[in-house]
Amino acid sequence: MSVKENILSKPTLETGADEDQLLRVSLGPQHPSTHGVFRMNVMLDGETVVSLKPVFGYLHRNHEKIAENIPYLGSMPYTDRLDYLCPLTNNHAYALAVEKLAGIEVPERAEYIRIITSELTRVMNHTVFMGFFLGDLGAWGSALMYAFREREKLFDLFEELTGARMMTNYMRFGGCRNDLPAGWIEKAKTFVDGYDAFLDEMESLITGNEILLARTQNIGQVSKELMVNAGITGPMLRAAGVAYDVRKVDSYGIYDRFDFKVPYGEKGDCYDRMMIRFLEMRESLKILKQAIADIPEGDYVNPKIKSAKFKAKPGEAYARIEGPKGELGFHLISDGGVNPYRYHVRPPSFVNLTLIEDMCLGLDLADVVVILGSVDIVLGEVDR
Amino acid sequence: MNLLADQAGVTQAVDAPAIWTTLEALPQLPNRLVGWIGFQMNIPEWLATLLGLLVSAAVVVGVFLTCFALVSLVERKTLARIQNRYGPNRVGPFGLFQPVADGIKMLTKEDIVPYKAEKLLHLIAPIMIVIPAVLALGVLPYGKEWVPVNLELGLLFFFAVGAMTELSVFIAGWASGSKFPMLGSLRAISQMVSYELPLLISAMGVIMMTGSMSLPAIVEHQSQYNFGVLSNWNIFTPWGLVGGIVFFIACIAEANRCPFDLPEGESEIVAGHMTEYSGFKYALFFMGEYLGLFAISGLFITLFLGGWSAPIAGLEFVPTWLWFFGKLVCVIMTMLWIRGTWMRVRMDQLMRFCWLFLIPLSLLTIPAAGIWKFCGEGFLAGLLGWGVTVPFLIVPYIIITVILNRRLAPATRQYHFAE
Repeated sequence: MSVKENILSKPTLETGADEDQLLRVSLGPQHPSTHGVFRMNVMLDGETVVSLKPVFGYLHRNHEKIAENIPYLGSMPYTDRLDYLCPLTNNHAYALAVEKLAGIEVPERAEYIRIITSELTRVMNHTVFMGFFLGDLGAWGSALMYAFREREKLFDLFEELTGARMMTNYMRFGGCRNDLPAGWIEKAKTFVDGYDAFLDEMESLITGNEILLARTQNIGQVSKELMVNAGITGPMLRAAGVAYDVRKVDSYGIYDRFDFKVPYGEKGDCYDRMMIRFLEMRESLKILKQAIADIPEGDYVNPKIKSAKFKAKPGEAYARIEGPKGELGFHLISDGGVNPYRYHVRPPSFVNLTLIEDMCLGLDLADVVVILGSVDIVLGEVDR
Repeated sequence: MNLLADQAGVTQAVDAPAIWTTLEALPQLPNRLVGWIGFQMNIPEWLATLLGLLVSAAVVVGVFLTCFALVSLVERKTLARIQNRYGPNRVGPFGLFQPVADGIKMLTKEDIVPYKAEKLLHLIAPIMIVIPAVLALGVLPYGKEWVPVNLELGLLFFFAVGAMTELSVFIAGWASGSKFPMLGSLRAISQMVSYELPLLISAMGVIMMTGSMSLPAIVEHQSQYNFGVLSNWNIFTPWGLVGGIVFFIACIAEANRCPFDLPEGESEIVAGHMTEYSGFKYALFFMGEYLGLFAISGLFITLFLGGWSAPIAGLEFVPTWLWFFGKLVCVIMTMLWIRGTWMRVRMDQLMRFCWLFLIPLSLLTIPAAGIWKFCGEGFLAGLLGWGVTVPFLIVPYIIITVILNRRLAPATRQYHFAE
């Protein structure tokens, strides 16, 4: 099917309206609330959505092909730019894939550092999600600014640890790039201890609001089966009532040592998606508290690993983690050279977005924006 | 200056300090000046009247354009404070010259007309949105002595020109030849037409009470004091409280402010009817919207918050127009507060809220105002009035909310935890 045909496709929802009475609106690629350069071709009957075709690719930058032409470590900074809101989990997933491919042991301290940074990233992502989500609902930036205030504190932590606020480039094969700076763990502890109070404040400000309830409840539901079949993961799947969390299923790293639970909802509407993220943040704080208390002394990186001229034996490996947005996987095939032979990313944003039409059909144009916000995408990851 | 005060004929507040008396007459200064010059130059009477009217209009436009500049700055700074930010503070002291910078930016920007636009209508729409706002501002009583145009049917005139705004918004949406403006103007039309009903109906009680549609008379009626101290504002009566709240909500919707800013819902339809406008035309839209906001807030103050009258007896020495503008600041700040904290409703919710909640409630205020009037004045009559009208309003209110809540009750959610 050619691109043109796809764009002009017929409505998928029968409303009884003549086709020439329908209005075709192109939401994006330049639109205030598409979270980047994403485009939706929406057919409207009045304001009711009768068909919605997502158009990807405006931010495509050849991430996977570039990775095949540079050494393994060279892709590490690029992974920061996938989901630029949570670079450290991207680093983590990629490092895990290479370690699986090359059979590298990771020292215990490095595992702890990885878990602390990943969970901090999860907290950061979900906090910022609240801000963007309310922005999509029309709360002109207030919630976003409150979320950004907290994100600044996290950025300060990341900056001290990695030297960069957003593009961290921190994980290495067999550990991390550098050890925790002196006093960092205390700062992280102060932050984590104070975060419950912020979450309480945010929840009390947001969750009882009647307009929010009316705008998000029973909006954007799809059946569990369809979600599982479409490969949806992360908070979106858990909100629909499937308790699936890679941290529990795979117990990668040392996640089996921590005491935490997987919250899941029932209805799977936008409201549930938001609340699940609140609950997840609280579980993340639990993990963080345990990890910060237990972190051992030792090597922060496997001393046997040389980053320069790093080679993996021929073979293939797929490693996945529970990213803030869902299952983030890296698939690597090695032919024994310095560059990966094949490099593939399984981005949660992209896969979660595939059901957008099913969620939006029959609803208002205003709901489309809310649903897109509740999926929580980053276009850097969708288009790669 | 004393001569000026004498000429202004301020006879009340004899024992008030001269400075207050002078201030009270300040808005008349241009008028008096022109009148005096005309008298000296011996111009014919019709010319003097015409000049007087023009000067009155110029005063109103000048005052409210200044207000517009200030409020656009205050809005940004207030919202910034709500959001943990500083807001504009680079241009001049405390960012005070920011409106000037904005104005220069707007004026020097390219004026883009879309290829598919209806060129003439595209030009007319922004002009048309400013005119009714200025016309509406012309009939409001800002002070005891400061009524630019004293119309016998001022309220009717206000609503009549207020309805013109809808026309210009629709023209803007249609003439842009683009889809987001079209959607925005469709939303605007349905919203503004619907919310005009509660606006009009809740004003009925005030008209019944005063027995006049003249805005100065309505304020005059509220400027007396009960028991010598308590102000007689309409909002302090049961029907006035309900009517006032309904009127205020409808005001927000008419002014397209959050949480009813659907016509320009930024996250959904970019900027609604203003999407295809740039440069000075956009600035005109912006200005028309703010002038409309002042006008509708001013009407709310006039009808329910006692217009220029002081809140308690003994404070009348303060110039009346200061009271009016003080109240205007309060009303606008409340709107900013709402904008900073609430999110937008959806179109069907907006309509349901209007037709199932606001209109029944505003209809109730009419008989309630009738009962209140029937009960008469005085302490016992007042008690009787409260005793009868409060249940009359509360019981239907509870019934309406219970019925609506049953349909819309937000479900409580269960969340489970898996190991």
